[in-house]
Amino acid sequence: MKTRIHAAEIDDPSMVDEEEIRQSPFWDWDFAFDAFPDIFMAFVEVTLLVTVIGSLVAAVLGLVIAILIMVLPKPLAWVVRWVANFIRMTPIVVQLIFVFWAFVWMDALTIGIIVFGVHYATYMSEVYRAGIESVPKGQWEATTALSMSAGRIWRKVVIPQALRSTVPSLGNYAISMFKDTPFLLVIGVAEMVTVAGERGAPVFRTTEVYTIAGLLFLAASYPTAVLINRLEKRLAYAH
Amino acid sequence: MEFFEDWPQYFEVAINWSDRLLAGLWTTVQLTLFGGLLAFVIAVTLGLLAGSPNRWLRIPARILIEFFRGVSLVVLLFWLMFVLPQIWMRNPDLPFRDLVYNTFLLGVIALGLNYGAYGAEAVRASLTTVSSGQWEATTALSMSWSHKMRRIIFPQAWALMLPSLANLWVHLLKGSAIAYIMPFVSDFTAELNQLRRPTDIWFSHAFIGLVVYFILALILTVIMQTLEARAKHKLGRGPSLREILSPAPKAVMAEGSAVTVTDPPQDPAGPDSASAKTEGGVRR
Repeated sequence: MKTRIHAAEIDDPSMVDEEEIRQSPFWDWDFAFDAFPDIFMAFVEVTLLVTVIGSLVAAVLGLVIAILIMVLPKPLAWVVRWVANFIRMTPIVVQLIFVFWAFVWMDALTIGIIVFGVHYATYMSEVYRAGIESVPKGQWEATTALSMSAGRIWRKVVIPQALRSTVPSLGNYAISMFKDTPFLLVIGVAEMVTVAGERGAPVFRTTEVYTIAGLLFLAASYPTAVLINRLEKRLAYAH
Repeated sequence: MEFFEDWPQYFEVAINWSDRLLAGLWTTVQLTLFGGLLAFVIAVTLGLLAGSPNRWLRIPARILIEFFRGVSLVVLLFWLMFVLPQIWMRNPDLPFRDLVYNTFLLGVIALGLNYGAYGAEAVRASLTTVSSGQWEATTALSMSWSHKMRRIIFPQAWALMLPSLANLWVHLLKGSAIAYIMPFVSDFTAELNQLRRPTDIWFSHAFIGLVVYFILALILTVIMQTLEARAKHKLGRGPSLREILSPAPKAVMAEGSAVTVTDPPQDPAGPDSASAKTEGGVRR
């Protein structure tokens, strides 16, 4: 019961008027300038929004997960760790679709932010764990010697020291999340790549829109990556 | 709760459709294997080029790495699927016409390029982490480039790069789920999505899908950990696979020590720019 057409069989270009496309130029500057504002607005309104809010959710939740794994009694910590592993090792595409159909009353954009936030929180929790483990043992012993309360130990001693070395890695994960945002198209959020496709589809022009989308991704992610790299070096020398 | 009451029914549907689900799973496995292979080849090639002292090799490699890393996987996929064929549409006489319309192949190429560029960073970083004494020794013995790479540098870098490559391979498996939006490729996610139409109870199948992907990712992780243990044993830094797998209690201790020996070798003479960079990037 093979219902789908095999990839090798699509040799039939009759779906579009091929002659008309062949006459048109490969790259059309007028159309590119025409389409750019829409794509850029989608970039600012959806892609950046999801990245910023998702990163904040992930940064906070990741810290919570990391502390829970260290503080909870062993069996519970084990459960939290494996739930985090499960979320980390399964595709964000399937997670998006799962949550989309499990919580049908929820807005797709909210679902996107939550799923991206939770997914990357599991990555960031590993970064925080490494940061917390890098706090010298003497600091822990000193808090015991000063008989500090647990809340005070975490808030005043451990977290301020642990956070410093984690900032670059968190930034790298934020960039990864940024580059993963086009996955949102599987739940129908009008993010940049979807808008680009919609803009190009009626006139059968895909070259300009997808190139613009790709260049916007490059233009936003590369400088950020360079900045984070510099920050990482400065922090490494400061230590 | 309805969700739990309907479980038997969900399983019945999943079993009825199992041949298609398995076919989709096989497509996903193929995407992961071929994509991973292509990514590995690209990672090693670009990584070696990006680590070379010759700037005419290094700078083009860096540009390619940054380009394919910075462009999102989905954009890369759409570009290959919708923009590349336009060249052939305008010039029907160009060769490889069938290949450009083969979406499975394009998916493999997109996955390979994107994750290969990430992997190239890991390869380059692990090459610079191999202690500079080893590099100097190969120069002192006037080994040829291919000889020193094959016998001295790469085996050491290989043990260092395997954990990153393992992570990237799992990432690639997860990224391959986006093949779901590609026309004419029915991967596992696409077949799961087909289940929604006759049953309307799709989200629990998505959960089954998550579990299957998790198991696949665990299998990849175990494979890569085996490779890592083997690479370390060959360098004389850990127990052999036979020791790890044997049920003797001594072997369990040895496995523990294999896990702890993850520190890269210290390099005593390292004021060159390459190792100063790794000081910030990799070790810390």
